[in-house]
Amino acid sequence: MTSPTDQGHAAGGGGVATLDPDEVRPTPARTVPWLRIAVIAALVVLAVVLAYVRSGSGVVVVQAMATGVLIGGVYGLIAMGLTLIFGVLDIVNFAHGSFLALALFLTFGLTQAGLHPYLALAVSVPAMFVLGLLVQRGILAGAMGKPLENQLLITLGISLIIENALLLFFGGNPRSVALPGDRGVPIFEAVANLSRILAFLGALVLAGLLYLLLQRTRLGTAIRAVAANDTGAQLVGIDTRVIYAVTFALGTACAGAAGTLVAPLVTIEPTTGSLFNIVAFVVVVLGGMGNVVGALVGGLVIGLAEQLGGIYLPGQSPLLSVFIVFVLVLFLRPQGLFGRSA
Amino acid sequence: MTTATDTPAPETAAGRPLPRLPWNKHLVAIAVLAVLLVPLPLILPSAQASVAVRVLIFALMSIGWNMMSGFGGMFSFGHAAYFGIGAYASAWLLVEHRVSPWFGMVAGMVLAAAFAALIGFLALRYKLRGAYFALATFAFAEMLRLWATNSDFVNRAVGYHVPLRPDSSWWWIQFEPSSPNYFWIALGLTVAALVISVQFVRSRVGQFTKAARDDEDAAAAVGIPVMRYKLQTMALSAAITSVAGAFYVQYFLFIDPDLAFGSSVSIQAILPAVIGGVATIWGPVIGAVVMGPLNDVTATVLRNPPPALEFLQGRSGLDVIVYGTLLIIIVLLLPKGIYGTIRQRWSRR
Repeated sequence: MTSPTDQGHAAGGGGVATLDPDEVRPTPARTVPWLRIAVIAALVVLAVVLAYVRSGSGVVVVQAMATGVLIGGVYGLIAMGLTLIFGVLDIVNFAHGSFLALALFLTFGLTQAGLHPYLALAVSVPAMFVLGLLVQRGILAGAMGKPLENQLLITLGISLIIENALLLFFGGNPRSVALPGDRGVPIFEAVANLSRILAFLGALVLAGLLYLLLQRTRLGTAIRAVAANDTGAQLVGIDTRVIYAVTFALGTACAGAAGTLVAPLVTIEPTTGSLFNIVAFVVVVLGGMGNVVGALVGGLVIGLAEQLGGIYLPGQSPLLSVFIVFVLVLFLRPQGLFGRSA
Repeated sequence: MTTATDTPAPETAAGRPLPRLPWNKHLVAIAVLAVLLVPLPLILPSAQASVAVRVLIFALMSIGWNMMSGFGGMFSFGHAAYFGIGAYASAWLLVEHRVSPWFGMVAGMVLAAAFAALIGFLALRYKLRGAYFALATFAFAEMLRLWATNSDFVNRAVGYHVPLRPDSSWWWIQFEPSSPNYFWIALGLTVAALVISVQFVRSRVGQFTKAARDDEDAAAAVGIPVMRYKLQTMALSAAITSVAGAFYVQYFLFIDPDLAFGSSVSIQAILPAVIGGVATIWGPVIGAVVMGPLNDVTATVLRNPPPALEFLQGRSGLDVIVYGTLLIIIVLLLPKGIYGTIRQRWSRR
């Protein structure tokens, strides 16, 4: 392992130019950016009004908003894990979605064995945490401080292996997990499944716990210290190797938790994870790479964009509108909604 | 994946005066190899001949990728966009308008180059770098896939079947399935792409693009119009990869949005170069030779699995697992790839 000093930005030896220093602000801003929040809220309101004009039906819009916000919370949780890994390890983790897929299949297996889907969290989260530790120590540690593409390619390799191992062992047939007692719950004029609401609430609770962990514990402080300046953190006695491993494991555990939470909502296939991975990237860029709170907000925005996009562009995949938002954000605000402008 | 920056590459290094000869040793090697390979499909049994064609398709895709991401240093995770544009342009013109795939190929090259220049302009204009650049290229490929999947204009998810002809025809690039002509056409295209990439590296565009890769600020400071050369590199890279797409359609007679624009296609463009050696002339070819046959080997294993793996019979996915493992091992242990490492050892002696 190369010394952490040249880790990440300075190491673009292969020709990738360095990231702008202000693109990475892993620590949440101390002050609350009220203006930004107001602008985002105004944009959301505008999007909702446009959707109403386009569809001409209030029920359709309310339904889209309810679905969007609820799934957006889960996107937020997934993206928090991804953005944490980016902020601390400087790794663009293409394997994040495949960890989620692994948790989906784990949950499927546990419910087949008679366990309640949400009790599977008690297994999937620790299991994914341990797997994250192993993957980071076993594979990624060897590439820390190398050019960005190296880590990107390694995580790509990991995702290919996991996804296709699932395909190899379980086959391509879609599977599903049924939540006992799942039913439609009316929200205003719309209806949402209980499982969707519980997934949203669960994601918020876990996101809150992660936030507290980062803000209020010694471990969290150490993680934020490494994210801000790894050499400095090392100088004050933080073992960065441990922090790298634990952070990656925490991020992976987020994917695991999200996998179990969405298991009742999605068709479980080896490729399901990659869809979530794509969305999570969008959310991470939107929230600002490395910004944990931004990821949660970005998740809600993207959840809404996906659903409202279905109204704007009928007949197209909802993902298309997600990508349109993505490209716009990449070009216009690559530092994310809450990043400082260049 | 380390590019050739930190290793002296005697034949291409920017620091040395280039031999201004009309030929160089790469060109000689390409010519010798091409002549040696011509009789190959006549010797190989037809199953192996189709593997050889696949190797050439991989090589062609990856030579294109390598130009932009290896020599140019702009890591593309969306070369499926160009492969798909090549495939769809040629298939669309052939199926809907009865245009020869040769013209379809040229149309695909032009379209892909234009699209690459557009993406490149936006990405460079807004200074996307590193991870952001890779994600943007990925996003554009995915947008094309989603658009193609849901657009009547290109037949939605169904894609295109190439209409079968009763006779063999060079004009329509259609022969009997076992015909050696497919191999020869693919060989010709790959050789052309190799020659272009040798000439590219020797050219002003190539040298300036490499200079900008190694130190963009310095390159700009000495007056190199970085943007223009980078865009030219991207357009050329996209055009080469699009040819692979157009040929793919003619060989497999079928294309759909996932086969054309799926993220696995982007990965197939990256892997040969990474395995063989990024930013080297021969890397993509050597990587393709390693990757091409893997598919067949794993398929054979899964068709008649050894007793311990009996339960895997008839499943798929093993080939990609092997690719993935190979990718990780190469990146960790041989970051310069097979050819890059050998060349380094060679030049050290």
